[in-house]
Amino acid sequence: MGDLLHENLSWRLVGIFSFWAAVMMVIVLVFVTYAIYFERKVIGWMQARKGPNRVGPLGLLQTVADVLKLLIKEDTIPKKADRPFFILAPVIVFVPSFAVIATIPFAENLYHASLNVGMLYYAALSSISTIGIVLGGWASNNKYALLGGMRSAAQMISYEIPLVISVVGVIMMTGTLNLHTIASAQAGGFWHWNFLPQIVGFIVFIIAAVSELNRTPFDLPEAESELVAGYHVEYSGFRFAFFMLAEYVYVFAIASLATVLFLGGWDAPLPFLNFIPGIVWFILKFASFVFFLFWIRATFPRIRIDQLMGLGWKVLLPLALINIVITAVYMEIAK
Amino acid sequence: MVRTEELLLNVGPQHPSTHGVFRVVVKLDGEVITEATPVMGYLHRGTEKLAEDLTYTQIIPYTDRMDYVSAMTNNYVLVNAVEKLMQIEIPERAQFLRLIVMELQRIASHMVWWGTYLLDIGAMSPFLFAFRDREQIINLFNELSGARLTYNYMRVGGVKWDAPDGWIDKVRRFVSYMKEKLEEYHALVSGNEIFLSRIKGVGKYSAQDAIDFGLSGANLRCTGVKRDLRKDEPYCIYDRFEFDVPVGTNGDCYDRYMVRLEEMRQSLRILEQAVEQFPEGGEIMGKVSRVIRPPAGEIYAAIESPRGEIGCYIVSNGKDKPYRLKFRRPSFVNLQILPKLLVGETMTNLVTILGSIDIVVGEVDC
Amino acid sequence: MSEDNRNPEANKPPVGNESAKAEDKAEVSAVANAGAEIGAKPVPEPERGTPAQQRADQAAELQSADKAHKTTGEPSDAPAAERKGTDGEAKDELKDAKAKAAAEARARAAAARAKKAQEEAAAPKPPSPKQPLLDRLVQLIKTRVAQDAVEEAYINEANDHLPTVVIKNEHWLACAKMLKSDEQLQLNYLRNVAGVDYETHMETVYHLQSLATSENFCFKVRTDRNRPSVASVTSVWATANWNEREIYDLLGIDFPGHPDLRRILMPDDWVGHPLRKDYVPIDPEV
Repeated sequence: MGDLLHENLSWRLVGIFSFWAAVMMVIVLVFVTYAIYFERKVIGWMQARKGPNRVGPLGLLQTVADVLKLLIKEDTIPKKADRPFFILAPVIVFVPSFAVIATIPFAENLYHASLNVGMLYYAALSSISTIGIVLGGWASNNKYALLGGMRSAAQMISYEIPLVISVVGVIMMTGTLNLHTIASAQAGGFWHWNFLPQIVGFIVFIIAAVSELNRTPFDLPEAESELVAGYHVEYSGFRFAFFMLAEYVYVFAIASLATVLFLGGWDAPLPFLNFIPGIVWFILKFASFVFFLFWIRATFPRIRIDQLMGLGWKVLLPLALINIVITAVYMEIAK
Repeated sequence: MVRTEELLLNVGPQHPSTHGVFRVVVKLDGEVITEATPVMGYLHRGTEKLAEDLTYTQIIPYTDRMDYVSAMTNNYVLVNAVEKLMQIEIPERAQFLRLIVMELQRIASHMVWWGTYLLDIGAMSPFLFAFRDREQIINLFNELSGARLTYNYMRVGGVKWDAPDGWIDKVRRFVSYMKEKLEEYHALVSGNEIFLSRIKGVGKYSAQDAIDFGLSGANLRCTGVKRDLRKDEPYCIYDRFEFDVPVGTNGDCYDRYMVRLEEMRQSLRILEQAVEQFPEGGEIMGKVSRVIRPPAGEIYAAIESPRGEIGCYIVSNGKDKPYRLKFRRPSFVNLQILPKLLVGETMTNLVTILGSIDIVVGEVDC
Repeated sequence: MSEDNRNPEANKPPVGNESAKAEDKAEVSAVANAGAEIGAKPVPEPERGTPAQQRADQAAELQSADKAHKTTGEPSDAPAAERKGTDGEAKDELKDAKAKAAAEARARAAAARAKKAQEEAAAPKPPSPKQPLLDRLVQLIKTRVAQDAVEEAYINEANDHLPTVVIKNEHWLACAKMLKSDEQLQLNYLRNVAGVDYETHMETVYHLQSLATSENFCFKVRTDRNRPSVASVTSVWATANWNEREIYDLLGIDFPGHPDLRRILMPDDWVGHPLRKDYVPIDPEV
């Protein structure tokens, strides 16, 4: 894929890129379908019950049924809602979630683009989704939605910063923003992986990531028991499906990012296991990160908005900054 | 011109966290509540008016539906008042059966409260654990009375159905099962930092406020006032059993939470003793005429329901139907302190505080 | 006034099918009614008109009324009575014997009760243990509030000897303040506020308790029915707030001094006060 990018643009290339983008889209959609299914199953098992098990063998077609239901629902737009923005908001939330996958390397030779500013590209695009959420909250002409949208904006902005700063340590150690290079630099066994030297950064990253994804314990924007679904309360049918889809695609994106930045990407944990293809390792690490997210959801109660802000600014941000300082000092000494 | 306005928000009547059909009109300044007014009456079914046309036995199913989460204690408050007025003696076995079902009901009601409170706070899993355990109690009641939620079990003079064979053993097994589970739930939830930071220090009021507002049950005991009608004005055969009355200190949500969990443990203690002392045989119904005609007079009899002091005020004029029947409902009285507690709190804390007061709207509206 | 109407039959396990049992009962009741009258004669006859005799009469009356109630209530009785003729004669004799025994047992019980009632009527009632408390309370109110504040004061025996005082309407607020602030009484816990509509007047009933001394009291305030009005005690006990709103809503008693007197349970635009005895609902056919 990388070589193709150096050629001159032609219709053939456009065709190839579109094809691979479509393939990626299908993969992501399949992931979303089964992530939702597994989330429900895993949470069910943790709550002493089975998850969905009726639709299709072992309930595997549950999400398909749900999505089909959402797609065939009536498209209601509240009368006094701001129509153009109401329609635009889900799009603005979804498009960046899919766009960031372009820079993520899944294996040595499996990537779409090896951008030299890959990390920055990711951070920049994921911020655009916040605009969509606020827009959705406003355009719904509903006080609950507005509250949810405002809360969500505050939350996402507060946690973008620790998220990105926690990664700076990794960037300093590797010396580049290119995600492919960062992943390759961790080759050779799990002791080379970044989560060990950058343990503080890793922890901050995980917490900030859960908050970015609007998942429990930070799921205030959609706190069902307080704001009756928050910013997407007025959305139904396929527009709601878009919001949900965006959330799960972001799960995919952040899990991949965590794997690439901290867990060694496609590297095998022990060198002699290298005969197993890199993509398998990537998938395993990725899956364990996603499982961890489900696990937290089943276990923790929700944090309050003011405590959330306090946590983001007063705890995570200083920790991330301290991490940078320590990394800098260490790198100077180790030279 | 930029101008800030207060936002008027209706929480309810359809809302996942208002525990029923109940509305709170809040004025918000950003996220902070400046004024809150509860509006109720959506579930008012006119029980007191209906009661004036029904015989006492016919009113019993209506009491079930008042506080539907804790129907046995509601049954008891009515039959107790009538029995006191008529000075009827209740046989041993009936007393024991009544006590056992009331304490089981207390545990079931507190389980519902626990599960839904944690669900409101955001933890999904304890809700399912709570309902799984409550299901066992409901099955016991199903075997006993034929119904899962509204039992219509007690009668003036005793109880309607006797315990089937093996029922007491099932209760015994449930008690030991529940003891373990309670420890597990404490380990799972009570130490969780997020949970503690959500409820410690929230919704605080002083003992003086609690007494002024006439709060009862865990809402009063959390401030340090040791008042439990099972000990202060013993009814049924509670004076034969040893149990403690848990009391809090600060009067915040955390204390209410711990007091209720501790109450469950004490209920298990009572149940253990009751099951050991359960009489072998005996009547389940005392000497009562077919037509229940209390003498003319009036009576106010109150008992300790899981929500607080539930009382029944009967004015009888010698007929078989009450002249006036009034229920003193704990949820109705406990809810009065809500507007006071909510001023200055955030929206999130509204849910936390409302959940900790533990209301059932069927009882608020009667 | 409780009556023992358990048939010996009813306690035995059901013999045969249900209709036979119902039939037994119907037969027994018919015979027993006659038997009771016959059986009552051997009892030493107390004078007519004493409470004891009235009670025995009423007991017998209730019995027959109950039997009538029971026979009309059970639908299987009519066909059962018809089926009676087809059963064997031996069964009838057995039933007769049983019926006689039952009737005699009942007559003996009625006699014993009549005797006891007579004895009770003769002895005077012992004074209530709460009487001194009530007297002190009345004295306190008379001195601290007003000489004529107390209309009535009595002990409600059935309710654990609850001292009950009826206060005059115009002195109620002052009395309430005194009750809360007085060091001896310290009635700080308002347990219950109820409104009652007696057709001649209306009443609000307050059940108060002192948490320090655990003493319970009941206070009543009467008001006339046409423009009922009782001073609000919300300033004294905050509990009264919603309770008074509920009474206002359902009974129409006005509470001057209440901070926010509006309907609480009924919809805001409801006309009428449902709990009143003369309340006519909008749709009486339902």
